[in-house]
Amino acid sequence: MQSPVPLQIPAVQCEQVSFSYGEIPILTDVSFSIQKLDAVALVGPNGGGKSTLLKLILGLLTPQTGTIKVLGVTPQQARKKIGYMPQYLQYDPSFPVSVMDVVLMGRAGSIGLGRYSTEDRRIAMQAMAELAVDGLASRPFNSLSGGQRQRILIARALACEPEILLLDEPTANVDPGVELQFFEILKELANRVTVLTVSHDLGFVSQMVSRVFCVNRQVKIHPTSELTGEIIHEMYGGDVRMVRHDHCCSEQGHSHADIL
Amino acid sequence: MLTYFSALTDPNMVFLRYALFAGLLAAPAFGIIGTYVVARRMTYLAGAIAHCVLGGIGAALYCQARYELTWLTPMLGAIVAAIGAALLIGLISLRSRERVDSVIGAIWVLGMATGIIFIAKTPGYIDPMSYLFGNILMITGGDLLTIAVLDVIVIGLGLLSYNRMIAVCFDEEFARLRGIRTELYTLLLLCLTALTIVLMVRVVGIVMVIALFTLPAATASHFSTRIWQMMLFATLLGMISVAGGLSLSYGLDLPSGPTIVMLAGFFYLTVIVGKGLKNRLR
Repeated sequence: MQSPVPLQIPAVQCEQVSFSYGEIPILTDVSFSIQKLDAVALVGPNGGGKSTLLKLILGLLTPQTGTIKVLGVTPQQARKKIGYMPQYLQYDPSFPVSVMDVVLMGRAGSIGLGRYSTEDRRIAMQAMAELAVDGLASRPFNSLSGGQRQRILIARALACEPEILLLDEPTANVDPGVELQFFEILKELANRVTVLTVSHDLGFVSQMVSRVFCVNRQVKIHPTSELTGEIIHEMYGGDVRMVRHDHCCSEQGHSHADIL
Repeated sequence: MLTYFSALTDPNMVFLRYALFAGLLAAPAFGIIGTYVVARRMTYLAGAIAHCVLGGIGAALYCQARYELTWLTPMLGAIVAAIGAALLIGLISLRSRERVDSVIGAIWVLGMATGIIFIAKTPGYIDPMSYLFGNILMITGGDLLTIAVLDVIVIGLGLLSYNRMIAVCFDEEFARLRGIRTELYTLLLLCLTALTIVLMVRVVGIVMVIALFTLPAATASHFSTRIWQMMLFATLLGMISVAGGLSLSYGLDLPSGPTIVMLAGFFYLTVIVGKGLKNRLR
């Protein structure tokens, strides 16, 4: 409480943040702090405010009360250091762009009126390589599957060379078979950048994050080690079914929650 | 066809040559800006800007006749009205969050009504038809020069902003998060649209000028996997439509504007129907 010199500027700090669309309150009195290189998952019911919270952190929305600091400055000032993968791409399927074009958009902030440099292209290729999609670079974006598209959008976020990565439902369109591979990639990324990921699938994220934020008008924080059926029940309300798995990736096993 | 080519070199048929030059000069601007407009789904905004141009033309004709302001040509009036309408429409669609389409529709009609009233009140007889549907007989050497200058501005800015414009058109929110001032690019695109419209008002008129924006670009989108390809194909299709349309209109004694637009529409429908048949046969 009294520590005079903070050792490190938190990646994201929310203090008593409230946000409403008109009369409808979406988030009320939300306070939390996320340290650098922390990995956090936002879970909760639809309409609970997960995407709104991401948009507040991005500065696309402004809270009515409270303050948000990202890397010690306002969200707008920190924007360039945030890589964002939106849940829905409001994109026109007939828009003729290649995969490389899309990933290069992560570099669009630094080019002015000019062209992308060799360095920009190298960074974009590297981001694609990290997500194992570099082979798709010259393909038309609209010819990809949902899961491939999702990875390209993460590569685009990575091409921003972010310090913080915000992922809105990264597994929404991913086939169950690909999910595990996806999870390995995200886990790898979490070693380098601060990751905030919105997910419906608590089982999926609880393996890669250290804390779970339950967003349902308020934000409740749970270390993943403490996740119990009771807490999950509280997060989602009644319609949750717990499935206990015993994967070989952890000796103690871990819990999945499937939301019906 | 042969008579068309000999007509092009006929010193008494200078207007035909001017119309062809104007069309060929304008085609790259239409190809480039039309591609952005189609990709961004702004055709409706472009339509509103085009119709507001009549207000500027009318006001210029009126002032020329009434106050003897000879420098205030219809072309200048058109440019001022087009840019004014583009900025107004742009700011409304960016700022106001409600019923943007109603406001745009109102601007569309009011701009046109202003033009008709001015033309009606202008001393002497002026045929509004030639502004609404184009009249190649009205193109002067001075117009060609203006078209060339505007063309250079539009193509230059259109190509310079290529990468950022694509980023804004593809995913505006993401572009904004990269620190791009997306509102500025939207306004720039609308202003470039306005200038492009002015380029061809003489040839095809304000009512049909939108066809040259959308039809070549929409046709080209069926063959293109990249934006620059779409621009290139749209430019070529625009040139073919103008040259072919003028030739047909000369040979068959048809009004040139509608013939050009019909040809552009014919290409578009052929591609759509052809694609549909191909998919069905597969």
